[in-house]
Amino acid sequence: MNKGLLAALAVVLVGGVAFMLTQEKPAKEEVKVEVSEAEDAKMLTIAVPSFLTGGAAGPFGIPAMNGAKMVVDAINKGSLPAPYNTAGFGGVSASVIELDEGGGATKQVAEYRNLVEKRNVNAVVGYISSGNCQALAPIAEELKQFTIFATCGTPRIFEEAPRKYVFRTMAHATADNTAAAMYVKEKFPNTKGYTGIQQNYAWGQDSWRDFDLTMKQILPSAKASDNVQFPKIFAGQYGSEISAISLDEADLVHSSFWGGDLEAFIFQGAARGLFKEKVGVLTVGGTAAYRLGKKLPDGLVLGARGPYGILVKDRDSALNQWFVNTYKNLYGTFPSGPAYQYGQAILAAKIAYDKAGSDATDEQLADALRGASFESFSTTVDMALGGGHQAITENGYGITKYDAENGENIVTEVKFYPATCVMPPEGVNSVEWIEGGMQGAKC
Amino acid sequence: METFLTILLDGLQFSSYLFIVSAGLTIIFGVMKILNVCHGSFYAWGAYTAAFFIGKFSDMGMPDAVGFLIIVAAAIAVGVVLGFIIEQGILKYMYQRDEVLIVLATFGLFLVLEDIILIAFGTDPYFAYQPMALLDSVEMGGIIRDVYGLSLIGVATMVAVGCWFLLNKTKWGVILKAVIFDREMGISMGINVPYVYTLTFIGGAILGGLGGAYIAPTISVAPGLGTEVIVLSFAVVVVGGMGSIAGAAIGSLIIGILRALAVHELPQVELFVVFAVMAIVLVFRPEGLFAPAKPRKI
Repeated sequence: MNKGLLAALAVVLVGGVAFMLTQEKPAKEEVKVEVSEAEDAKMLTIAVPSFLTGGAAGPFGIPAMNGAKMVVDAINKGSLPAPYNTAGFGGVSASVIELDEGGGATKQVAEYRNLVEKRNVNAVVGYISSGNCQALAPIAEELKQFTIFATCGTPRIFEEAPRKYVFRTMAHATADNTAAAMYVKEKFPNTKGYTGIQQNYAWGQDSWRDFDLTMKQILPSAKASDNVQFPKIFAGQYGSEISAISLDEADLVHSSFWGGDLEAFIFQGAARGLFKEKVGVLTVGGTAAYRLGKKLPDGLVLGARGPYGILVKDRDSALNQWFVNTYKNLYGTFPSGPAYQYGQAILAAKIAYDKAGSDATDEQLADALRGASFESFSTTVDMALGGGHQAITENGYGITKYDAENGENIVTEVKFYPATCVMPPEGVNSVEWIEGGMQGAKC
Repeated sequence: METFLTILLDGLQFSSYLFIVSAGLTIIFGVMKILNVCHGSFYAWGAYTAAFFIGKFSDMGMPDAVGFLIIVAAAIAVGVVLGFIIEQGILKYMYQRDEVLIVLATFGLFLVLEDIILIAFGTDPYFAYQPMALLDSVEMGGIIRDVYGLSLIGVATMVAVGCWFLLNKTKWGVILKAVIFDREMGISMGINVPYVYTLTFIGGAILGGLGGAYIAPTISVAPGLGTEVIVLSFAVVVVGGMGSIAGAAIGSLIIGILRALAVHELPQVELFVVFAVMAIVLVFRPEGLFAPAKPRKI
């Protein structure tokens, strides 16, 4: 075969890639965490794992990492609004080690050990996958490493074993689904039946279980479908599932889909009129709100796994407005839930260091954060469960509407439910709490 | 009756998607005896290229119908460029090596191409909904169906008829069958086998790229796209018989319709069905349902 032709084709390929790389991209700015030379010797090192590759990178991992770096940079400069306007973590700047969370729990356990034992990081702040958090919690305890989980959802981490060094600064997944059911009861009280489509792993199964159990408790007149769909995660093609849901008598469809799966489901469902026939309840829909633009159908019930992203964009606090405006200026888009959640976890690390001191041990840092209550960017965080290691926050939902005038999606009829209304009291297992009629819920 | 029609249409639609992608895989195996793991990359590159240019052309105010031309152009561009470079740059030097080594090489290529996607397109997903939006929707079997999804059945039929015509009604088909049947004999008869290999690999790559490009308007085109499809394609090819176009068609139909039946009637076993079919075929007919006959060499 002609080598000249081979070379020409190689040039075409390289040229094509170069063309794509040089295309104008939305205003984005690389945030470099700035540290002065004098501080360099005694600076802290915070490892921030997040999905940087794979299907979860775009909707979750990258916004999360952006949020974390933006907040670390502001803390180093002392430019956060009060009461966090003191520079540094306990007065000392921090650098960020960015880490890819992809590759599965086994790889993450090895990476985590490497971070702690060889790279001697001061704190680990991050993680999106429930599977990774579940695998890493006992390792963090074994290594006695101060660790804050930022986004992962499974309630089991603090319900199955007491933790000393591990914290989670956002509510667990039970709140997403109890709040969703409460919203359905309030806004769609005449719902006759409900079905669901969930990714077939722990996240999807737990989400459906919690939503179904709560609906049985608070809206028993609505009948659960016996044909709930559990396609493989990252399947991408949902034609048969959408047909099955369309034929189902249920008038409401609940989904905990996230990332590319969520967006594909919305595209394919909208093209087939699914969301005109049935009410769509998307517990993680907030990540798609800014990305899909006018392709997001009106009338979807949208959650953001707590008071984050599009649900709180207009909250008028100095901290929230700083977060929204700074993020928009840096990255050219409004912050979605994961950006808030990672920023919140970094803020918790600052609170622990400010209280315990920059040279505090892991035990002292854990003592400083245990049971703390603090104002985050968009909400109040109470470390009230799991012996003071698991946060509770309010949780809310709204209904999507495309604002043609401003060319963006908004949410209407937003309703937030107090943390003590949608999460179990301390010492009570989530499933038992829902099955027992949600005793002690303060709504 | 409505449910039956819905299951049939769902099954045909999913079978069509499987067939378009697995046809390329089985053609490459049939002619070149290469189990090409990087076929998933052709699919992903096809999807990315189509989504990227559909988005660009839409931004420039071009009519949405141009999207269909872009889909075809993207598949051909990906197949010709990537297929040619991989076959001429790497695989050509490995034909005398053990087949396992070639599989490993294509696996390595798959990982490299996945990473190049990240460098070229970034981690943000691409949306190319315009062609799907253009075709609107119709009511069939009591539910609404998008015409774009149904058109996949037509595309798969065209691919199948095209392959049949090529193999059975053209001189090229005779040459291909001669190489499939006995490579050495083909060479002795004056067939330029390396040339046949290059064109076959490019053709298979175009089909892989076409699968991704045509699916792009219905999905969020995001990293990791090629991984899922290669697993399903292998299942189809194993069921149908490696190297058989008819086998790929039948394998796709069996898996697609059984999967649709499971989704409607027993969704808990939807994941199980695909691989159960593969396991059963492997137990009772390890060479697949329609494996091409092999010459007995003395």
